[in-house]
Amino acid sequence: MTKEPTFEESLKLLEERVDALSRGDLPLDRALAIFEEGLTLYRRCHAILADSEQRVTKLVAAAEGLTEEPFPVE
Amino acid sequence: MWRTFGHLPPEPIHTSCLAFPVMDPIAASREPAPALPQALTVSQLAHLIRETVRSNPLLGRILVRGEVSNVQLAPAGHVFFTLKDAAAQISCTLFREDAELLGFDLEDGMDVVVSGDVDVFPRKGTVQLVVRAATPAGVGAFWAAYQRTRKKLAAEGLFDAIRKRRLPSFPRRIGVVTSEIGAVVHDIVTILRRRYPMAHVIVAPALVQGPGAPASLRRALAAVADRVDVVILARGGGSLEDLWCFNDEGLARAVATCRVPVVSAIGHETDVTIVDFVADVRAPTPSAAAELVSPDAVELTAQLNEAGRLLAQEIREILSVRRARVKGLGERISPRGLRRSVEANRTRLQEMRETLASLGAREVARHRERLGSAGRRLDLLSPLATLQRGYAIAEREDGHVVAHAADVAAGDPLAVRFQDGRIHVRVNDEAPG
Repeated sequence: MTKEPTFEESLKLLEERVDALSRGDLPLDRALAIFEEGLTLYRRCHAILADSEQRVTKLVAAAEGLTEEPFPVE
Repeated sequence: MWRTFGHLPPEPIHTSCLAFPVMDPIAASREPAPALPQALTVSQLAHLIRETVRSNPLLGRILVRGEVSNVQLAPAGHVFFTLKDAAAQISCTLFREDAELLGFDLEDGMDVVVSGDVDVFPRKGTVQLVVRAATPAGVGAFWAAYQRTRKKLAAEGLFDAIRKRRLPSFPRRIGVVTSEIGAVVHDIVTILRRRYPMAHVIVAPALVQGPGAPASLRRALAAVADRVDVVILARGGGSLEDLWCFNDEGLARAVATCRVPVVSAIGHETDVTIVDFVADVRAPTPSAAAELVSPDAVELTAQLNEAGRLLAQEIREILSVRRARVKGLGERISPRGLRRSVEANRTRLQEMRETLASLGAREVARHRERLGSAGRRLDLLSPLATLQRGYAIAEREDGHVVAHAADVAAGDPLAVRFQDGRIHVRVNDEAPG
């Protein structure tokens, strides 16, 4: 299973794209491709920041061990 | 009744009156006793006193509460001290084997309850309380046990800075071990939601005061540690007794060996528990703990926007270098080729314009301006600009450019495009073919 990259990973990859571009000497096509990757990462990060809604659960003891159930916070 | 002196160990004396034991030997000494000296030696007297004291059940296995003072440690491991109250004092001796089992160090000023027996040491002629065990009493009690645990764990290196782990920068899951009711859990969750909503918060409810609390806290910590990247161990303010469970040695060890870093936030800032010493980070309050474990979304946004801005800036520079090259070449290539190149770049620029538009309103304005000026420069290179320099372009009526004389025949209708409009002409002559 491939996991969706986290905010942290995406931000790191984005910064790597910026570094790659800043080193210059890339063919135009390659530079544009890297730019577009960077843009995708940028958008993903923004989406994560904007869309995340916090999950809060609490641990409860159940017959089969510990389980998590929603923890209400007003 | 007859008593002989120096008879050790003494036989137990069975007195009928515990409150006022009969001083048999003194009564006996008034009787004629030819085998005994008339005067007692000092040793005899001292032993007599000792026997008297030892044989009095009121002076054995007693509990005494008082303040410890003048603690002295003998090289052999025995501890001598004085137990006192406002009006009296008594010397105490704690032999090494008992001192080793005491579980804490006696210190001056400590309020204690000791158990032991009163005894007499003939060599110095002193009455002493031989202490077998002691427990701290009142505030002093907690203080003593606290000191004991603190010293013990410190000696094991559990508080060493080198053991402290760094908190993860971007925890995906955050464990909160605390009471599930009350302000503490609410404050923590509220702050995490505001600062770092992408984390999943797992609350592990525990008792946070009372005798069952240490075990409950340990269970909650163990249960949540496997599921999270960092744990907050928190409790609101309370009395010394309320916070006492956070001085529990077992809990402190559980924190020290926890799989993930632990941030402690117990009581008020002035309360420092053993768990605070062991934790990887000690936060002054539960709210501060929540801030310590979470990056700030506002800062993250700024960091992200900076990366986006740099990304755009880099690609602009790369494009501007290419543009300059295109411009140089443009002077030397045919209008049709140039147009193709211009169109290709225009398309690309259009794409860029669209993609850059997503970088935020301020960015958009700046990029649009940059792209606009790039567009204007490209226009200069376009065939239209060529016309402005005084050239004309021959086209067919369908708009196709006629690039070669050989492509037309006499009589063909053509249009000639000038910078200010088109005129329609007919070919009189054709190229020699």
